[in-house]
Amino acid sequence: MTAPARSVASGVPRVLWIPAALALALVTLPIAGLLLRTDFARLPALLTSDASLNAVRLSLLTAGLSTVLCVLLGVPLAVVLARSTLPFVRVVRAVVLLPLVLPPVVGGFALLFSLGRRGFLGYVLDVTAGVQVPFTTAAVVIAQTFVAMPFLVISVEGALRAMGDDYERVAATLGARPATVFSRVTCPLLLPALASGVVLSFARALGEFGATITFAGSLEGVTRTLPLEVYAQADADVDSAVALSLLLIVIAIVVIVAARPRAIEGARA
Amino acid sequence: MSKKVAAIAVTALSALFALSGCASASVPSSDRTVTVFAAASLTETFGTLERRFEQSHPDVDVRLHFAGSATLAQQLTEGASADVFASANEDVMADVANADLLNGAPKPFATNTLTIAVEPGNPLGITDLDDLARKDVVSVACEPEVPCGDAARALIDRRGLDVGFASEERDVKAVLAKVSIGEADAGLVYVTDTRAAADKVDAVEIANAEDAVSTYPIATLADAPEPELAAEFERYVRGDGGAVLRGAGFGTP
Repeated sequence: MTAPARSVASGVPRVLWIPAALALALVTLPIAGLLLRTDFARLPALLTSDASLNAVRLSLLTAGLSTVLCVLLGVPLAVVLARSTLPFVRVVRAVVLLPLVLPPVVGGFALLFSLGRRGFLGYVLDVTAGVQVPFTTAAVVIAQTFVAMPFLVISVEGALRAMGDDYERVAATLGARPATVFSRVTCPLLLPALASGVVLSFARALGEFGATITFAGSLEGVTRTLPLEVYAQADADVDSAVALSLLLIVIAIVVIVAARPRAIEGARA
Repeated sequence: MSKKVAAIAVTALSALFALSGCASASVPSSDRTVTVFAAASLTETFGTLERRFEQSHPDVDVRLHFAGSATLAQQLTEGASADVFASANEDVMADVANADLLNGAPKPFATNTLTIAVEPGNPLGITDLDDLARKDVVSVACEPEVPCGDAARALIDRRGLDVGFASEERDVKAVLAKVSIGEADAGLVYVTDTRAAADKVDAVEIANAEDAVSTYPIATLADAPEPELAAEFERYVRGDGGAVLRGAGFGTP
């Protein structure tokens, strides 16, 4: 039979407009509140104080390093998850996505009790190499990588599944070795998804708070990233906390604009 | 299609009504509530005071809200509703007073001094504040902005020590936690905190601890929803509550 209804453009039912407007207000009004509270006259001074600059520098450094780690470790993991036919891959995927749904503070505790001085890995590191991870910048990078990596894995794995393996199979039948197929066929096809995954992981790493403060502590210039500085300033100097919040919002908007089209299509795929 | 949408909308709306109905039904109408904002270092003692006050006032529910004093002051100046505020620091209380939020002048009700919390058995042999400057000792303290951090800096500066803290925590309980889970070797906390956590940490006395005494003021708030109960709880803390406070290691004026 024919299905004429399909060709008619479906309008938005009016009843949806009210909750939709409420949802929009829920997102925009708090931001407006923050803007109203901002001391724009002092903004440049607040953002260029030593503590703020230290936090910005540390945040960019750690989020950058974690993003690099996410790519180096996450892309191979995504390829394995998308292409491997081993039976336990589904379980592995669920485990990998855990940090995505876990409250970050729980992630921080998990890191503390594995890599902390009393954790099984941390103890071995301490005894064999004299390395103590907590309270170091490395701890911040580890915490950020822990929470950000699933974004990259999802993004890349989704793209891999969506594009199928036809090109790879053709390359293989033409005599290319798996490593060659990966570097000459898979990687170029993955670039758009990789780019959006990178931006999303960077944003997540930049915003990381719970795991960092639990696992790495909070010390200016060493572990106190932008979100931790906002938290520390919330008592001492609200104007400064508001200014830094504004800075994080601006960065977030840039990230959304940069990653938006691919991220949304990637999520649908 | 439109039927489905309508069904979703109806479900959502009825869920909303159910939620709001639930919220109003769960608050017992006969009980009165007195909300107390108290410094994190008062967690154990005010917990005891809450139970005792509720025993003598069966129709009253004391709600305690603990955080760093500066956080509480911040919440109050931003419009949080409370009946009583007990701060670990007079400057923080002054901020709230300056915002015209208090009902009358704050009154001191307790004093506290700092001590060094160390791992049980003190394996690193920490004997005084000077040992915190040792390279093999991982030490933590509060942020300078909060009372316990303010007092810690005062003591360290007086000794002319160069202590590189591994982390500066938001409140004294966070410092204690870092020591009790073994991530830090030493933490500057209040005497009362180590007493309350005697099974998890040992305390090492600081020789000149009385150089930085924290005085705890208490006050009722001008906009207290329950002004009489607020005044009653405040009097109780400064009166009969003194025994509980002294038992926990506080000094009382």
